[in-house]
Amino acid sequence: MRVKAKKWFWAWQFDKEEKWLNEMAARGLNLIAVGFNTYYFEEGLPGEYTVRMEMLNSWPGSAVSRQYIRFVEDTGAECVGTFLRWAFFRKKTELGKFDLFSDVDSRIAHVSRILLLCGIVSLLMAYNIVNMTFQYLEYQNFFMAFVGGFCVVMEVLMIFGIGRLWRMLRKLKKDRTLHE
Amino acid sequence: MADETAALTEAVYYILLSVMTPLHGYGIMQKTEALSKGRVTLAAGTLYGAISTMAERGWIRALPGEHSSRKKEYVITETGKRALSRELERLRELVANGETIIRGQENEG
Repeated sequence: MRVKAKKWFWAWQFDKEEKWLNEMAARGLNLIAVGFNTYYFEEGLPGEYTVRMEMLNSWPGSAVSRQYIRFVEDTGAECVGTFLRWAFFRKKTELGKFDLFSDVDSRIAHVSRILLLCGIVSLLMAYNIVNMTFQYLEYQNFFMAFVGGFCVVMEVLMIFGIGRLWRMLRKLKKDRTLHE
Repeated sequence: MADETAALTEAVYYILLSVMTPLHGYGIMQKTEALSKGRVTLAAGTLYGAISTMAERGWIRALPGEHSSRKKEYVITETGKRALSRELERLRELVANGETIIRGQENEG
């Protein structure tokens, strides 16, 4: 039977998202597809799969990403879906431990990739806020005030998220001074 | 890591050892695990990144292979072999120094 679940995670909560997907897998709900804040599961055996997710280097449809996804699939995993730049993989637990990263450097590279994207979105928001403020001062347009207000809320969230990713990155870099 | 005397990561070291005979990605993972008796596991993403960098650096190369086969095979190059023997020298030095100093202290104590 198919089960649909709606749940929202921000990009900086990718570790929590992955943990939740694995908790579902532990209960026998195996991820089969993903969409906008929607996850589709199929009922199976508890603990049958391990789920891992990654923000890819480029869009899932690009040649580089397709080649990468194929590489991961050739190691016994399957890509159940992609959403924006995220790819979701699962692998049968009987085939062995499943991880996408096995050293600190590649974890640092992954978190940096997410941080960079959040940074770009945050700059766009900042630009919008400044722009909308000037427009509002000039035209006193309610719509502009509304869009500006929305951008302010988003920006506050983005800054919180960037802070979380930054701390994650700092902890990883500290680890690297002792071991790889 | 432009420095030729810099240490290799464990992943790179085991990948180089694994591709002394041609192997595809999953084969490298399995061989590394077998060689290290299960201590070192290479995750797919980490392995892919390492393979790409090593191929760019000319330490390993992809075999042309048949078009029907999806799994690309890699093999070590002469440059790769040189990197491997430099690393072996470095590891020998580490072990020798460690043994001399730690044994010396044990004898004193």
